[in-house]
Amino acid sequence: MYQHILLAADGSKNSVRAAAEAARLASLAEGATVEVLYAVDPTKIKEEVLHSQNHEEIELKRKQKLLPVTEELGNKSVNHQITIVIGDPGPTIVDYSKKESVDLIIIGSRGLNSFQEFVLGSVSHKVVKRAQCPVMVVK
Amino acid sequence: MIERIKQEWFSNTKSDILAGIVVALALIPEAIAFSIIAGVDPMVGLYASFCIAVIISFIGGRPGMISAATGAMALLMVPLVKEHGIQYLLAATVLTGIIQLLFGIFKIGKLMKFIPRAVMIGFVNALAILIFMAQVPHFVGISTLTYIFVAVTLIIVYVLPRFFKAIPAPLIAIVVLTAAAIWGNLDLGTVGELGVITQSLPSFLIPNIPFNLETLQIIFPYSISLAVVGLVESLLTSSIVDDMTETESNKNKEARGQGIANIITGFFGGMAGCAMIGQSVINVKSGGRTRLSTFVAGVFLMFLIIVLGGVVVQIPMPVLAGIMIMVSIGTFDWSSFSYVRKAPKSDAFVMLATVIVVVVTDNLAIGVLLGIILSAIFFASKISKVSVTSEIRGNKTTFKISGQLFFASVEGFVNAFDYNVTDKDIVLDFSNAHIWDDSGVGAVDKVVIKYRANHNRVTIKGLNASSEKIVNRLAVYHDSNAQLKSH
Repeated sequence: MYQHILLAADGSKNSVRAAAEAARLASLAEGATVEVLYAVDPTKIKEEVLHSQNHEEIELKRKQKLLPVTEELGNKSVNHQITIVIGDPGPTIVDYSKKESVDLIIIGSRGLNSFQEFVLGSVSHKVVKRAQCPVMVVK
Repeated sequence: MIERIKQEWFSNTKSDILAGIVVALALIPEAIAFSIIAGVDPMVGLYASFCIAVIISFIGGRPGMISAATGAMALLMVPLVKEHGIQYLLAATVLTGIIQLLFGIFKIGKLMKFIPRAVMIGFVNALAILIFMAQVPHFVGISTLTYIFVAVTLIIVYVLPRFFKAIPAPLIAIVVLTAAAIWGNLDLGTVGELGVITQSLPSFLIPNIPFNLETLQIIFPYSISLAVVGLVESLLTSSIVDDMTETESNKNKEARGQGIANIITGFFGGMAGCAMIGQSVINVKSGGRTRLSTFVAGVFLMFLIIVLGGVVVQIPMPVLAGIMIMVSIGTFDWSSFSYVRKAPKSDAFVMLATVIVVVVTDNLAIGVLLGIILSAIFFASKISKVSVTSEIRGNKTTFKISGQLFFASVEGFVNAFDYNVTDKDIVLDFSNAHIWDDSGVGAVDKVVIKYRANHNRVTIKGLNASSEKIVNRLAVYHDSNAQLKSH
């Protein structure tokens, strides 16, 4: 079974839905861990710095954002840990999964229509295309 | 030492050189547009960008950060250039550098952490609005063709990066649309109508101004504004780069570096500049991490000036205006709208007040100063709420006091008591309070003495160590004969 599950999450509703699925899968296997990976988009950092008085506050706010995700995992008593990295989410998630050779990536889909996807770009799409392990996209 | 030079310069060579080139390409339109905002020849902004980037790459405190001619600084210079001319601007630039250098030497950089975020958010929003407003005269009500060029520019800069990222989209917009305007022989305003570009290396010159008190009186107010605004933006940018690269930087060294860079730039005919948020983000995202990328950005910019000098004058103004609209949209903090709704009302008010004051006065420095003062007042009033709760047991009344007792809170404290009692045991419990200054001690005295005047017995308990120290030093209530008039 999947021992090292990488849950790409940013605290959004779709990432909480993905967390629920991660919890279900992880509780099937003995000793499985879910690693919650939050890739902070570098272009969002200006906003974070502007809205925080110091670096500690930025880190606190990032962890607070992930609370609904970790609660979802905690409620099902799934082993989990948080990793926060800075980088363009799509490539960063893929690179990290390769480096740590995870067994499975779980990621939520924002459910964008084709115009939004054209403008914003789809993170889950990029991950599916370039990852070297199974990817589960949660709708 | 050699190890550090290696680390700060040559630890990331290939990515740094590429990122530096990307930044140089992205810098050209901005340096020209900011010169036009300031009302000077585009060369003044281009020289400044070259000088500042190269100098700061050696002496700045934040490797990987890009400094050059900026919109925030250009906007402050407008009246000086209009009324007194370029020579006074160069002198003001040198003086700005001297002030920043002194700020750095006296470690003022550390004070930056006292600038509330509401003021910072107001600062970037006001900056974005001013940059946008400065573009309006260049495209509104000129011709349909002008509007079309602005629209096409915007489409290029927003859509093209979806497909092609190697060359910054603004530069592509400039090249393609300038070519279209020249070959199509289109009737559009050009950069050349606003200044001349000379293709030569910057040379040393002493600003041609009378060296007297009157000159100092003219340039000093501008220099102090430029110095403050330059440091605010530079230190904000360095915090952003710190976070993006997950490394730390030396804020005071950066302040000194900005100062030295501006001094030298002034002597080489450039206008004052500072760190640029947008360009630094581009640099880091393109892989730039060390001093080398900043250095390459400056040198490659100079190379481009020499190569492209003649073409720059042909750039249609609406293209530049379109690029600046993109810059202002990128500068604006769009999460401010939810901030205004969600943040404490006083913070939202400070942010809006900062924006409004800047837009009305056209001066970022005044907005920042007013924002800081307003925040300080709100902070004082917020923590000056002292609550007093009472508990009556027979003849004994215990007052529990919680809050900060200092000059701003004493009035509320003194009025919180009912003094119309006689012959009671009054206990003032300060376990949850802190007495900060002599006004606070005076207020305690006043309460004690007022109660005693009605023949009550007063005891004080629960003072923390530092409150007790100041009370023992200053209070008069220990003297049971003390009268109110002794205050």
